[in-house]
Amino acid sequence: MALTDASNTVNVELKVNGKAVNADVDPRLLLSDYLRHELRLTGTHVGCEQGVCGCCTVHIDGHPARSCLTLVGQLDGSEIRTVEDLAGADGQLHVVQEAFHNNHALQCGFCTPGFLMSIVGHIEHEENPDLSDEGIRDAISGNLCRCTGYQNIVSAVREAIEGSDR
Amino acid sequence: MFGESIKRKEDPRLLRGEGSYVDDIDMPGALHAAFLRSPAARARITSIDTTVAAAMPGVVKIYTADDLGDLDMDLPLLIPHPSMRPKTQRPLARDDVFYVGQAIAMVVATDRYLAEDAAGAIDFELDNLAVELGLDAALAPDAPVVHEDLGDNLAADLVMNEGDPDGAFERADHIVEIEVTVDRSTAAPMECRAIAARFDRLTGDLLVYDTTQAPISIRGGLASILDLDEDRVRVIAPDVGGGFGQKVMQFYPDELLVPLAAIELDRPVKFTEDRTENFISSNHERTQIHRIKLAAMNDGEVIGLVDSLVHDTGAFIPYGIAVAQVAASVIGGPYRIPNIGTHLKCVYTPTVPVSPYRGAGRPHACFALERAMDQLALDLGLDRWEIRRRNLIAADEFPYHREGLIFATGTPVIMDSGEYHESLDKLEEAIDVAGFEAKRAEAMAEGKYLGLGLGFYVEVTGVGPYEGGQIRVHPITGKVYVNTGLTGQGQGHETVYAQIVSDVLSCSVDDVIVTEGDTGVFDWGVATFASRAAVVSGSAIHKSAKLVREQIIEAAANMLESSAEDIVLEDGKAFVNGVPDRPVGFAAIATASNPLRYSFSESSQVATQFAPASQHDGPPLAEGAHPGLEATDYFSPEQDTWASGVHAAIVEIDPVTLDINIDRYVLVHDCGRMINPAIVEGQISGGVASGMGGAFYERINYDDDGNLTNASFMEFLMPYATEVPHMEMHHLETPSPLNPLGMKGVGEAGTIPVAQVIASAIDDALSHLGTSPILHVPTSPSMIHEKLVEAGHLVEE
Repeated sequence: MALTDASNTVNVELKVNGKAVNADVDPRLLLSDYLRHELRLTGTHVGCEQGVCGCCTVHIDGHPARSCLTLVGQLDGSEIRTVEDLAGADGQLHVVQEAFHNNHALQCGFCTPGFLMSIVGHIEHEENPDLSDEGIRDAISGNLCRCTGYQNIVSAVREAIEGSDR
Repeated sequence: MFGESIKRKEDPRLLRGEGSYVDDIDMPGALHAAFLRSPAARARITSIDTTVAAAMPGVVKIYTADDLGDLDMDLPLLIPHPSMRPKTQRPLARDDVFYVGQAIAMVVATDRYLAEDAAGAIDFELDNLAVELGLDAALAPDAPVVHEDLGDNLAADLVMNEGDPDGAFERADHIVEIEVTVDRSTAAPMECRAIAARFDRLTGDLLVYDTTQAPISIRGGLASILDLDEDRVRVIAPDVGGGFGQKVMQFYPDELLVPLAAIELDRPVKFTEDRTENFISSNHERTQIHRIKLAAMNDGEVIGLVDSLVHDTGAFIPYGIAVAQVAASVIGGPYRIPNIGTHLKCVYTPTVPVSPYRGAGRPHACFALERAMDQLALDLGLDRWEIRRRNLIAADEFPYHREGLIFATGTPVIMDSGEYHESLDKLEEAIDVAGFEAKRAEAMAEGKYLGLGLGFYVEVTGVGPYEGGQIRVHPITGKVYVNTGLTGQGQGHETVYAQIVSDVLSCSVDDVIVTEGDTGVFDWGVATFASRAAVVSGSAIHKSAKLVREQIIEAAANMLESSAEDIVLEDGKAFVNGVPDRPVGFAAIATASNPLRYSFSESSQVATQFAPASQHDGPPLAEGAHPGLEATDYFSPEQDTWASGVHAAIVEIDPVTLDINIDRYVLVHDCGRMINPAIVEGQISGGVASGMGGAFYERINYDDDGNLTNASFMEFLMPYATEVPHMEMHHLETPSPLNPLGMKGVGEAGTIPVAQVIASAIDDALSHLGTSPILHVPTSPSMIHEKLVEAGHLVEE
């Protein structure tokens, strides 16, 4: 995808999954498209391009954000983290990924990266996460899933929170 | 492994973000397509001018109907039926448009941004025509017609009868008659549809990645329509982000035009819908009006049923009458109703075409029948559980024949097996019906209305015509490769097929590698629909695995100089009974079964011409034998398998806000023997969530002019985790006699009864107020408000 128009670009320096990236990008280039089609980080998915479904959730400077509502040009100096960075360098799944696997919390897997990034953000920022069904459902209420009916995702989140080093 | 909730094989790659969905497929140098779509429901195109758009940056080509040559044709009628007056759409609109969203032109450009820019710059004019969106009104003699040459909007008309319904109504003590409506919805898979195509000019090979549920059929269609050798076309459905029926429809215009452009422009071409396009141009489902009558005796026995249903098929009917016919053929549900009359009418409206969405007519039929059963109980002063108990087909009455009713696959209704009474009893106990009135009184004392509702359903599954399974043991690794023609969209096929094979071959599930949906690997089969994958492909794979098991044993017996009866298979190895310390592994057996000229590894030396294993009479490969360990077999079901279940809910309604809370949701489900209970529960849970959408939220809104006014996730409401209750699940496993493993399908089950369960519970909660029943879904606090006003309890604001 040649998403750049050489006559009109914005220069940004980013860190993506720990690696420095310098890019000249079209001012209207979405972060989701940049990650997927320029950096080939296709784990970040696009479900609605309106910020509603949460499939495209990544971390920007440590906080979950919709990459489909973010222009690359506004991110100079930011750190981006995507689903590809969750597992350890040794390939070990992140505790949230492991919990999803243990609880059959994914089916088609399309919404999964967005859920993972939202939940990891939640665990990292919430000092006393609410472990009730209601609290967990509230925590994941920014992400849509059409396959699972959420029940197993709720179980996975509970297991991940209980199992993470907090 | 069969019956165990093992963790899924497909999870790790999906969790790591390493799935390969169509839009993830890298095609260097690919061009990107975008569509100009009709902004009007029914109009004549008076002009299209692409001059300005064609000169815009990055634009390679713009296609209109004039650029399609022979492809400017009616797209295939997928499922013909004599009851129809069929109309299918063209790849790009020619002269007329028939719904908002219909493709008028396709722009191919160097990137999607530029393609969309140019699509927006195409100059065109439309002359709007009159439209009628209401189903009954569209059938009226003076209604504006969608297809002028037909003279009216009737797309299909079919009567199916079982027994003597007229006689039953003459004989009945009591007759119930209600009208129910289920509104239009859409599958809304999280991954929109996508297609990517690459053509090799030198070899003539066309490679297509498609989110389809039916790659073999897409391959056949592309070869026919583009006049290509079938063997030169390879269609792959890779990881697919949900389908729920929407992706079994074919051909969407892009499925034809993207490959066409790849051939003509000699560049890879990709297209991925955006969410708005998924709403306005990928198929919808659901709108049906049922006018249903029950003929009953005073003791509650239902002796007759007549259902007249009107089905909205949208502007075209490419998928035939499938959804309407499913609804008509299952209208008798789980009940012993001997006399049934059905009359279905499909109606053209200037809207997105309709084809199956999870449930495909079953939820509509269940809602109509079960609402009528509730009404009958009320009329006769019988308990809602008791009236069902008196009418359910008993376990010893199977197979139960209703052969006057023909299911959408052409098979007559013959219900194979079920334990309906046991299901009902189990649920009655699980949700504590006996203790409910006390809870209701308690809630009432706190000013809340509590209601208990239930819904019984059947699910026709495991339908034909057939699927195949090909199994091959890899001679280098000893891993077992399993191929089948249908596709997965998240159901966990890779895991459940591996479980089946692992049991038969006595090898690790980790060593079974399943590939589906790739015509380059296996191209006999049909598609994923009607909850058939586990039953039909699963049974085919089971048969093939048994053949491979025999081959392994025979070869191992030769290698170990023993007789076949003494060979034991365990953990991917064979040994002579009692001598487990001298095993041969599958890799060695597979290698030895393939006579070799050249040795390429230590293990392959045993198969070369001077090795002892090759020293025997006759040619290296006996006449009629094939090399290696490999078998292909097929399963073609004689009849459909009928799964079933019953759900119940306790809802609490706040009398001030009319907010509806689901306190408990309990279900008993029976899909025969379960390969993997966790996966079954996942299917049910997802189905119930989808049913909650249908019960409360999901409604495609067309205004009177035919504009789809809520074509986004912001306005078309789907349940988040906060809108789906916790479900308590109980299983029965009544084996189906129709396949060796006793399986039935489960994909659509969860969705079917939910609207009824909710409506039944709300009615019950309001029963002391004399409100009229909920006969229209999705329902809402506003609908309850209207009913309370109507019953004189609230003053209209």
